[in-house]
Amino acid sequence: MSEALWRRKDLLGLEELSKEEIELILSTAESFKEVTTREIKKVPSLRGKTVVNLFYEPSTRTRVSFEVAAKRLSADVINIATETSSVKKGETLIDTGKNIEALKADIIVMRHNCSGAAAMLARHVSISVVNAGDGWHEHPTQALLDIFTLKEKLGEIAGLKVSIVGDIAHSRVARSNIWGLTKLGAKVMVCAPKMLIPPAIEEMDVVVTDDIDEALKDADAVNVLRMQFERDEKAAFPEQLAYFKEFGITKERLSKAKKDIIVMHPGPINRGIEMSSEVADGTNSVILEQVTNGIAVRMAVLFLVTQGRETNNESTH
Amino acid sequence: MREKAKILDKEAIERSIMRIAHEILEKHKGTENICLVGIRNRGVYLAQRLSDCIKKIETKEVPVGILDITLYRDDLTLIAASPIVRKTEIDFDINDKILILVDDVLYTGRTIRAALDALIDFGRPKSIQVAVLVDRGHRELPIRADYVGKNIPTSQKETVEVHLAEVDGMDEVVIVEKN
Repeated sequence: MSEALWRRKDLLGLEELSKEEIELILSTAESFKEVTTREIKKVPSLRGKTVVNLFYEPSTRTRVSFEVAAKRLSADVINIATETSSVKKGETLIDTGKNIEALKADIIVMRHNCSGAAAMLARHVSISVVNAGDGWHEHPTQALLDIFTLKEKLGEIAGLKVSIVGDIAHSRVARSNIWGLTKLGAKVMVCAPKMLIPPAIEEMDVVVTDDIDEALKDADAVNVLRMQFERDEKAAFPEQLAYFKEFGITKERLSKAKKDIIVMHPGPINRGIEMSSEVADGTNSVILEQVTNGIAVRMAVLFLVTQGRETNNESTH
Repeated sequence: MREKAKILDKEAIERSIMRIAHEILEKHKGTENICLVGIRNRGVYLAQRLSDCIKKIETKEVPVGILDITLYRDDLTLIAASPIVRKTEIDFDINDKILILVDDVLYTGRTIRAALDALIDFGRPKSIQVAVLVDRGHRELPIRADYVGKNIPTSQKETVEVHLAEVDGMDEVVIVEKN
């Protein structure tokens, strides 16, 4: 009865997904967005299921977004912050995963500072794993909500010019966005100081520039990444004010771009570094809509991975 | 799958829908407060056709909403592969309205059960009734239809297929036997 199929138990990244699978997540998210506009914003689809948020890196917005999404699907949610758990006592990731599985949880939503951690966990447990960010590798639900927001605003992804500005080298958000956008037929440009452009990035089918005006020129959307000044290797980072002067999105720079260019940011914003407050709060900004859409996208992902695990047949009227 | 018998043809389907339209108007003495809600997929087209018939009779528009009940099913894990979640579109306030749920086939009653749960999340209608093109029996829940196009006694080995021009290119109801 169904034409498009989802058969994966996990969502690990956008690199491994087909165009059709990405489109299925986006269209499912559209239905869930309608649910979030109702007076009763909750559906019983995951009643009796348990979602464990396992976060090895501090995160508020992603964790809260997954928690809200799971609760709107009627699932029970347990949050594990590793600073206060047995991980501190030296438990390995796989042991932690197997223990969560033994608790009869159904989905692990994991953020980890090592690239590939979600994929490794997924191989060792039979329950679903959703990657909420692994090292510099992927952050699939962030890219999906970015793309969902773009699609909602502009209708079609194919043929769009989307520029990603900021710390491309250390950004899982950038990587997931590049995979997703190029699969759907968008032209992607990345813009950053040379020291923050990873080697061989061109192989991902993107155009590279270190000129912000070129990145904004003719762009339908600009996705501004967070400069992670809190990360270790401070030496390799540009000075904050110098960065703003050369790469910060300002009203003046936007005035030379398309009039209705869409400005996105995964949050949290460093005002006056990545963009000016005027731009962040301006009419081109969809930053808060991204947050709202994140719920619908994560509901779709949690729903699909649970269905993908249960293969069976026979339907009833 | 083997086609066993054609139960309704195009004309018979049209007459059934027209009769149900008359029955709804007779029962409620007009169109006041009546809203139709079609259950995806084929219930949506039947609801639209019912609304068109009512307009022909009374020259009054009756709003039509669309309900997707995938998220409310109790048999999600039994459905082949992964179900596709489509949008629910109910653009009117359902509080204090008389809602008529429209579907193609009434069988176990589980779809209607799920639809009732979904509708209650949208508000508190005055009442909810059910209209179906075919009632094939074998109920598993205490649910019945208020308006029926045709009662068709079936065996559980059989499947009733409703084909509608809007999706299937032609109007007919057939019984097919599962292998």
